[in-house]
Amino acid sequence: MKRVFPILAVLTALLLAYGFYEAMWVAPTERTMGDVQRIFYYHVPSAWTGFCLFFTNLLASIVYLIWKNPKADALAVSSAEVGVVFCTIVLVTGPIWARPVWGIWWTWDVRLTSTLVLWLIYVSYLVLRRFSDSSQTPVLAAVLAIFGALDVPLVYFSIWFFRTQHPQPVIGGGGSLDPRMLRVFLLNLFTFSCFGAMLCWARYRLEWMQREVDEAEALESLLGTESVSLRDTQVKIAAGKNPRHP
Amino acid sequence: MNFLASITWATLAKDIRLEWRSKDAINSMLFFSLLVVVIFSFSFDPTAEESRQIAGGLIWVAFLFAAVVALNQTWARELRNQVLDAYRVSPAPPNALFLAKALGNFILVSLLEAVMAPLFVVFYNLRALGPAWQLIPITLLGTWALVVNGTFFAGMSLRTRSREIMLPLLLFPISIPAVQSMVEGTRLILSGDGSARFWIVLLLTYDVVFTTACLALFGTVLQAE
Repeated sequence: MKRVFPILAVLTALLLAYGFYEAMWVAPTERTMGDVQRIFYYHVPSAWTGFCLFFTNLLASIVYLIWKNPKADALAVSSAEVGVVFCTIVLVTGPIWARPVWGIWWTWDVRLTSTLVLWLIYVSYLVLRRFSDSSQTPVLAAVLAIFGALDVPLVYFSIWFFRTQHPQPVIGGGGSLDPRMLRVFLLNLFTFSCFGAMLCWARYRLEWMQREVDEAEALESLLGTESVSLRDTQVKIAAGKNPRHP
Repeated sequence: MNFLASITWATLAKDIRLEWRSKDAINSMLFFSLLVVVIFSFSFDPTAEESRQIAGGLIWVAFLFAAVVALNQTWARELRNQVLDAYRVSPAPPNALFLAKALGNFILVSLLEAVMAPLFVVFYNLRALGPAWQLIPITLLGTWALVVNGTFFAGMSLRTRSREIMLPLLLFPISIPAVQSMVEGTRLILSGDGSARFWIVLLLTYDVVFTTACLALFGTVLQAE
């Protein structure tokens, strides 16, 4: 089990390198947009990964509220943090592409605006986690995650109705994707999903380790014992063992 | 049900009586929104023909900011002398407390709107070109939308550091669809560009969804230790 993480991490890194090579050199250049279209191989997979992570966060929050499982809470934190990173990538790469293609950096189109609102909701989630005191944070954060999830369809409908009344730039167009492009796209979609899952897993391990250390320190200050036990715990954690089940 | 209603009523009556005697929240809200109106009138030309297009946004943003002032004070009273802890150990249902607070805020913000709306009409020279009666459902549903989530998030941010800042940070992102519905609906009615029916339905959906969510989860938040 201990070896699985580094092995998968190396595999993901190789996949990322291969996906980059395919996207930059192998995929054909788009006729009208030119090379800037290649951002598509990063933009869409990032969006997909980010949304999957937010969905993971919602599931973990619900699980936490029902069973009060601290592992679910750790997963909720890590998926929200990594999800915000991917969502930020989407919001940054979008305008870079839009400027040469549409001639504008940003438009208040339904997809763009919903993504922005989703990002805002999850940033407020992270702010809440940061500002509240440790013992109640998980419950409050889980509640906020549920509220955010309820909000997303309403946001989507309100903007969809609002903006379809106005002329808007065409996104993607109705054209079909070249099969070679599709292959590279699917490869990158898979790669980014693996990358997101790995990041989330790494963050989860870190979060869990941090909690074990905090718990050991709290226990120690409570018992007033020598720092031997703390060092013991840290050695165990460093060796990849769970101190509670030696 | 009777039990719930009687506790809700008792808490609501107590809050209203306290507010009636001190008038802290309503006065600060009124003055605050007056300031917002005046500052907006310097930022945008209130006599221009476009003011009809942006007035809906100005009104609701002013009310949203003013409502936050009131919402922040909702629970402060219960923290003194550990009233909230006493409530927690009592057999009273948490939802009664929540409903009382939300209704109290609703009354307060509605009062504010009743006073400030004529002022807006005067300052911005407004006249509804569309069906004016639709402003009533928009106002009622919109105020409830702000207040129900605001009361909930104010309760949530009680246990956070710098809770006065936390409330808008939590409330504004979630309120975006509600605010958009209020602003767009009001704009359509004022400019006579069409019917606001879609926005009223959306507000109603928002209210139903979030009132249910608040009632379902408030107990969890109140008991969170």
